[in-house]
Amino acid sequence: MAERVLMKGNEAIVRGAIAGGCRAFFGYPITPQNEIPECMSRLMPKAGGVFLQAESELAAISMVYGAAAAGVRTMTSSSSPGISLKQEGISYIAGAELPCVIANVQRGGPGLGNIAAAQSDYFQSTRGGGHGDYRTLVLAPWSVMECYTLTAEAFDIADEYRNPCLVLLDAVIGQMIEAIEIPDWKPKVPPKPWTTTGAKGRPANVVNSLYIIPSDLEEVNNRIQARYKHAAEHLTRAQSIRTEDADVVLVAYGCSARVCRSVVDMARGEGIRAGLLRPITLYPFPTREIDALAERGKRFLVVEMSSGQMVEDVRLAVEGKSEVRFYGRTGGVVPAPAEIVEQVKAMAKASSGSTTVNRQPTTVN
Amino acid sequence: MHQEVVMAGAGGDGIMMIGQLLAHAAVLEGKNIVWFPSYGPESRGGPADCTVILSTDEIGSPIASTPDVLIALNQMQLDKHAPTVRREGLILLNCSLAVPPKDRDDCRVISIPASEIAEKAGAVKATNMVMLGCYAAVAKPVTLESIIKALPEVLPAHRHNLLPVNELALQRGAEMGVG
Repeated sequence: MAERVLMKGNEAIVRGAIAGGCRAFFGYPITPQNEIPECMSRLMPKAGGVFLQAESELAAISMVYGAAAAGVRTMTSSSSPGISLKQEGISYIAGAELPCVIANVQRGGPGLGNIAAAQSDYFQSTRGGGHGDYRTLVLAPWSVMECYTLTAEAFDIADEYRNPCLVLLDAVIGQMIEAIEIPDWKPKVPPKPWTTTGAKGRPANVVNSLYIIPSDLEEVNNRIQARYKHAAEHLTRAQSIRTEDADVVLVAYGCSARVCRSVVDMARGEGIRAGLLRPITLYPFPTREIDALAERGKRFLVVEMSSGQMVEDVRLAVEGKSEVRFYGRTGGVVPAPAEIVEQVKAMAKASSGSTTVNRQPTTVN
Repeated sequence: MHQEVVMAGAGGDGIMMIGQLLAHAAVLEGKNIVWFPSYGPESRGGPADCTVILSTDEIGSPIASTPDVLIALNQMQLDKHAPTVRREGLILLNCSLAVPPKDRDDCRVISIPASEIAEKAGAVKATNMVMLGCYAAVAKPVTLESIIKALPEVLPAHRHNLLPVNELALQRGAEMGVG
């Protein structure tokens, strides 16, 4: 067994990135992700790569664009307001069909909000965020171990799909320390014949997101959409915990999923069969997995540290076949397991008491 | 075994450090741990607390909403966190800087003059270690030996001249817990 080492989530992002082959990091400070650039500044030069603190978020994402065009595995990180600033660049990178990794350690919003943990950037993360018909592929770690492995893998995914890959965490996952076993990671780097590495002996490669002729741009869009379709088939990932015999299936990711993991045991301790479906990829979303549970009559309680964003994807997956309720806390408040257990109990009671169920989502703040 | 402990003091008290020390000791004993900090933008003096969850099982929620144990270094933090401790939990307070809560007779409350004990041991700044030593002796989340063994990992190398005083403070605290 490998040695267990204690590590903060943010540090695991850095170590995972370097193991995943990242050799160019461009950042700008913002809490609660500051350990990422801090740790990068120490470790990246040792790995023979570039660490650069840019003059702004806009500059950082543009540097990522440049490094990606040159074929380097590259990354930036920020927290919610900083990620908003980077959206223009992310759209350009998607339009230029370039791979890169972006880590967002979400904090309370909107606006400057606060530095506590939130999950209110789900829409921004999974719907594209910037302008145009693109998405970011989104991975959501729920442990320090996954901060490492999913970030390392994000570089393979970004390269495979030639698309930005977002690692979406929150202040709790980023700031907490857990013991992890460092895996022996081997990056899978595909050939990159499109890079601008000097055109000596070959025709020049052009990296651009400007296509004046509509049919040309439509062709690019079709190519990008075909990749998303492939991702939906091959990349989608979710973890099921005790859903087999569950009456109520909790759906949560990241920090909320950790809280719900406790809720499953607490509810079962009180005789309620609860389970947890944890999306690991948020885009592509595990629609099929949720649909399969809905087909079997499972009822859903979606828990988020937001006023209800992922719940929309769950409803799209369930398509009215079963009941979907929602429980959320916002502004940086992490829900306590006991609060959620009450929601699960209310749901279990509603099903055993009568055949009439409340099909309206419940929002509690 | 599953124990959730909140440690609370002021920025500069070494709250994060004793949390990490406990975490390292727990890893030495093969336990699972989660450490999670909470503090404001101030680097000194503002409220600072951290949560450590130790378990022999998989750890779900990294946040302790009703902790088993509270270690409070000052009055403000005691007042803030004492109401959250679970019934029949443990409240350990530094009575050099705080008076015991009046409304928590459903908990085991232990008051020790940690600042004075630390001062006598050679450094008032080791108050945090006195508290941790006492907690280890009372609640036995890990052995004192594991904590002492983990100390060089947590204390930065340029502070290793302070290992003996920290070790002594841990032992003095533990003696208070045993007594």
